[in-house]
Formats: sequence, C-alpha cells, structure tokens
Amino acid sequence: MISFENVSKRYPNGYDALNQVDFSLRQGEMAFLTGHSGAGKSTLMKLIMLMERPTNGRVLVGDQDLATLGHRQIPYHRRRVGVVFQNHQLLFDRSVFDNIALPLRICGYDPDDAARRVRAALDKVGLLSKEKMNPVVLSGGEQQRIGIARAIVHKPQLLLADEPTGNLDPKLSVEIMRLFQQFNQVGTTVLIASHDLGLIGRLPHRVLTLNQGRLINDG
Amino acid sequence: MANQPRTPRSAAPKGASRVQPTQKRDGKVARGAEQHRLKVKDKSRSYLRHHGDVARESFDSLLRSPLTTLMTLAVLAIALALPATLYTGLKNLQALSVGWQGDPRIALYLQEGVDEVRAEQLSRELLLRDNVAATELISAEQGMLEFKQTSGFGEVFDFLEINPLPAVIMVLPKDLSTAIVPVLQAQLQALDEVEDANVDMLWVQRLEAFVILAQRGVWVLSGLFALAVLLVVGNTIRLTIENRREEIVIAKLVGATDAYVRRPFLYDGFWFGIAGGVLAWLLVQISLLLLDTPVSHLITLYSSNFELSGLGFIETFWLLLASILLGSLGAWLAVGRHLRAIQPT
Repeated sequence: MISFENVSKRYPNGYDALNQVDFSLRQGEMAFLTGHSGAGKSTLMKLIMLMERPTNGRVLVGDQDLATLGHRQIPYHRRRVGVVFQNHQLLFDRSVFDNIALPLRICGYDPDDAARRVRAALDKVGLLSKEKMNPVVLSGGEQQRIGIARAIVHKPQLLLADEPTGNLDPKLSVEIMRLFQQFNQVGTTVLIASHDLGLIGRLPHRVLTLNQGRLINDG
Repeated sequence: MANQPRTPRSAAPKGASRVQPTQKRDGKVARGAEQHRLKVKDKSRSYLRHHGDVARESFDSLLRSPLTTLMTLAVLAIALALPATLYTGLKNLQALSVGWQGDPRIALYLQEGVDEVRAEQLSRELLLRDNVAATELISAEQGMLEFKQTSGFGEVFDFLEINPLPAVIMVLPKDLSTAIVPVLQAQLQALDEVEDANVDMLWVQRLEAFVILAQRGVWVLSGLFALAVLLVVGNTIRLTIENRREEIVIAKLVGATDAYVRRPFLYDGFWFGIAGGVLAWLLVQISLLLLDTPVSHLITLYSSNFELSGLGFIETFWLLLASILLGSLGAWLAVGRHLRAIQPT
C-alpha cells in the first residue's frame, strides 16, 4: 500500500529530514511510526500526502509512483488518503456535521448520501448525538474523534494519523487507538505516527522507528 | 487532464474510492470500505448543485457582515456611477446638439433695396441650383413677427418707426459636409442682392470637437474607475481569503482542487459586481431625476422639446456586464495571487 524506496528529503536550508528510508506497508496492515521529535515522522507523513516531495528515491502509494503526479493531480491523490492531525484541524465556524461532511462535499457526493455517510462515521466514533454541536464545545478527546470521523468518512484506502493521542490522557489514548484498530479490521491500511512508546508497546502492531532521518528499527 | 494514469478522476468518477476486499489473517473476507461510484449523469448534476450551493453560501456570507459589504458596495457603486453619469450627460448633450447639427442652413441677409417680389424670385432661382436642397424666404415683416414672439423683446419694435430687419432667405445645402457648405456660402455671398451670407457652422464644429474631447475624457475616466473597482474588489477578496486561511488549508488537505478553493471567492467577486452595478444604476437614475426639473426648466427657456434621457436598456445591460466582469476579474486576480501562497504545512 505504501512503499518507500531509498527516500531522502533534504530541506532547502540543508537540513536532512529523511535519509535513505526504505520500507513498505502491505494493504490492510497497521503500523506505528515512532522516534524523537525531529526524527522525520512528520516529513514522512508529508511525503505520503504530497505536501512535500522527496529529494531522492521513490514513494509509492497503492502502486502509484507519487513522482508522476503533477500539481493538478495532488487533490485526487489526497482523496484516497484520510488524515488525522494532532491538533484536530477542525473548523469552529460550523457544526460537527459540516466538519465531517467537508471531504464528501469536496468529492461531490449527493447530499443525502453524504448525510448518511457522515452519520455512519459519527456512529463509529460514538458521537452521533453531537452532530449539531459546534466542535469548540467538545472535549479534546471528542474533538479528536471528530477529526478521525472526518478522516474516514469517505472510506479512504489509507489512514494516516500524526500524533493522534498527543494531547490526550492515557485512557482516552487507548480508546482512540482502539478506533484505529477497528478501521484496520475492516481493511483500511493504517499508519500512525506517535511517540507514546508505552502505548505502542502494548499493541501487537509493527513499529517503524526513525532516528535522525534514518529508519533504525522495523518490527 | 488527458495524461493522469491513476488519479481517481480519470480512473473513476469524482469521489469514488475503491478498496478491494482483502483476505485477513483470520481467513475471513473483510467487508472493507464499500464501493462508491458516481454516475456521469450524477456527476454533472452534483457539479451544478455544488455551484448553486457555493453561490448561495457566498451570498449569505456577504450578508453576514452587512456593514463591510455595504461599504465595499458603496465604493464600487460610486466608482461605477461616475463614468456612467458622465456618459449619460454626454449622451444627452449629443442628443441636444443633433437637432441643431442636422441642418446647417445658410442665412442670406438681403440688401435693403431688394423688394419683396425680387426676394421671392431670387428664392425660387436658388432652388433651381444643383447644390441647393431647399429655400425659405422670411420676409422682413415675418421676421419681425417671429422675433416679437420668441425673443420677448417685442415691445422694442413699438418704438421703432421702420422695420430694421432685412428679408432673409434660408438656404439648405444638398451636401451638408463641412467642406462643401463654405464653398456654397462664398458663391451666395457673391450675389448682388445678398448683403451677407451667414452659416452658423463654427459653433457646431466647436461643439463636435468638444463632444469628441469629452467622449475621450469619459473613456479615460472609465478606465481609471474600472481599475479602482478591480483594486477594491481585489483587496476585499484578499482580506476574505486571509480570514478563511484555516479553512482553505484543511480543504486542500482533504483533497480540494484549486478550482474548488477558488470558487467561493470568485462568486464573492461576482456578487460584488452585480450588486455594485445595480447600485450604480440606481445612483445614475437618481442623479438624473434630481437634475430633471432644472434641466427641463432651462430647456423651456430655450423653447425646445428636448427631454433628459437616462440609461436605456442596452446601456444598463453594458453597465451590469462591465461591473460583473470587473468584480469577477478583481476576485480572480486576488485569488490567483493569494491562494497559491496558502499551502498546508
């Protein structure tokens, strides 16, 4: 599903964020990406999202070489990927429902169909009753779950999460991870960047460890 | 978009994302993400509906900050109304001058000694000329009568013992061009019976020159004001883009195309254009209404039946078209410049 072939990323200021990273993730696999801050987790995620381009090497997502995608194709690539952010990136000028419906609107879904899918996504994250609320009144954990609902509402093949439990207490973190496991069980490939080693260690998934831009551990 | 091998857009209709059911470790076939395909017919319908939605949302968002919107609209309306008013004024001036311009007649003031019979005869002789279209004799008595009626100085004649006015033959040349009329005038001036042949051409020419100058002026001003409209709309849209930066970043992250992100701002520009145009039209018509009474008073004093005309159907169409285009173009320029700078990081 994801394949990094000898990928390096050097930023214009000379900083080497990734150095010859080589790994692949099978379809339907779930893995954690860990490492200190600045180890290159975010850069790796950005390469998958085409927010950055590698300096060297190839990144493939679902057999598609991302280097062949031009600026105009980036949006269509992103529609295949769901992303969960540490800071939720929710819009506080609209309801929970409208936040989750955004990817569907962008893809041009029929409103009735979209409403059904939004409610299904809300149901999965256990927040069906909050659909009309403004996300600003929700707790941190609830906001994160809204962020997850938005990431999976259009049923992407690949789900990325960047520090999804960064601001949450351990109990909430476990709940969030359980959600990701549920999505993985229905076939979604999941890659989660996290430095919560305690939590990761208790889960039976593959762990990719980055250190100063190099992949030092994969297992 | 011909060459994009595996993007969802070419592989499947918009919004479709397919995941093949995968064999899981425990041997069960996972249901996976359900397939979702949009039919081509649905796609075009959804595109139209999306445009409708965006247009309405853009309109609503302008109404949500009525004061800001109104201020912008006022500036736009004034910038559009000024050239439109000048244009209308010029159009009326032209309409007014057409009545006079139409027949640059040569007035032949006859010598004192020419009697009425000879004047009549001369008038008929002139009519036989190839280059004369019509003649009209105004005898001295007739002239006095008309003068009394129209000038308001009729009483002056009561103090005079004799009629001081000469008989006049008005000659309408066949060829009214400014090159030919003076030639005919010189020929007629040479006649024995004619004291003076007078063409009131100079002021017509001056008026023409003035109108041409004013037209040019209106165009130059229109250009400047159009630029002002572009800048005002562009700046307003720039601020809106800044206010919605977060939303733009998120939309781009979940797969919004540039066109999708651009669309609401272009509709903002469109609405600004159309509302500014309508307001400008109102301003022009109201200004003309205010001017109408004094103008018709002035016109009565000149005993003319001229009527002040406002913006007609076609002119209104052009005004609205221009304002819509300017509004949209202003938005387009601002969006092109500022949206590229906003990328998710």
